[in-house]
Amino acid sequence: MTRFLIPGLIFLLLAGVLYVGVVQSPNKSTMQSALLGKPAPAFDLPTLDDPATRITSAQLAGRPWVLNVWGTWCVECRVEHEVLMEIAGQRAVPIVGFDWKDDDDAAKEWLRQLGNPYDVVAVDKDGRASIEFGVYGAPETFFIDAHGIVQYRHVGAMTLDIWRREFLSRLPKQALP
Amino acid sequence: MSRRLSFAAAVAVSMMFMSLRASPVDVEAMPTPGLQQRYDDLTHELRCMQCQNQSIADSPVGLASDLRRDVREQLIAGKTDEEIRTAMVARYGNFILFRPPFRSGTAWVWIAPFLLLILGVFVTVRIVRQRARMVESDASEPDDSAEGGTSK
Repeated sequence: MTRFLIPGLIFLLLAGVLYVGVVQSPNKSTMQSALLGKPAPAFDLPTLDDPATRITSAQLAGRPWVLNVWGTWCVECRVEHEVLMEIAGQRAVPIVGFDWKDDDDAAKEWLRQLGNPYDVVAVDKDGRASIEFGVYGAPETFFIDAHGIVQYRHVGAMTLDIWRREFLSRLPKQALP
Repeated sequence: MSRRLSFAAAVAVSMMFMSLRASPVDVEAMPTPGLQQRYDDLTHELRCMQCQNQSIADSPVGLASDLRRDVREQLIAGKTDEEIRTAMVARYGNFILFRPPFRSGTAWVWIAPFLLLILGVFVTVRIVRQRARMVESDASEPDDSAEGGTSK
């Protein structure tokens, strides 16, 4: 009886570890943001439309908003763009874009051709503001509540399903479309 | 050990240490040797979040160079190593540290190897004892060895 006990236990342990690994494998590369439940970092960046105009975190305070970090060099951003357009059409919440380490003209051309889902696009040319948000790969999308607290971060292309489940659900009820 | 073998071993070991410090992707020097040393140490213990198994000192990707710039600027601004580590963890989480701190959430990372080692020793000892007992019982049965059984 004990002959099988120890190999059996080791088998169960290994099976358990592998099970957790397999179940979580879709999220393997997406780490939970260290900013969850913490105030969103302050920023002060020029806008893409007009470099003389600036967009600051203070201007966004007092209502929920969504931050989408993107770049024209980013393939997944192209993939999610249609979804962002549909989301923007709902007008449920302001969407702020961080154009991350990108070329301004390429970014303008991108928005002209594919449509502009953003209420405002901030230019984060040297990547400093995105680092403060703990961004490690575009696209990343953050939900920031009316108190300026980061409530959710999605890494990778946005989908309507994730948008409904993780973003719309965090909006105050009366604001829902 | 033959002389040739020990030479090979010495070469292998020195190559190991060479690879630890080579950072061909980084060209900018710090103003003082002291700061350079701290910069080298810090950038080697911070993970490149995009490539994950490289430190930010070893990675050529854009984000790693941005983080190196951040470390450089914080060092020049007079921040301590601990303050810089804390700032990195605040943005990217413990995962950015190659040496995670010992906390309730990370304890298993530190304990598991030792548990596995103990388990391995336990299993090995058991198997060796069992084999020894088998050899003993074989030896006590002349018939078995005469048939050319398991004992050698």
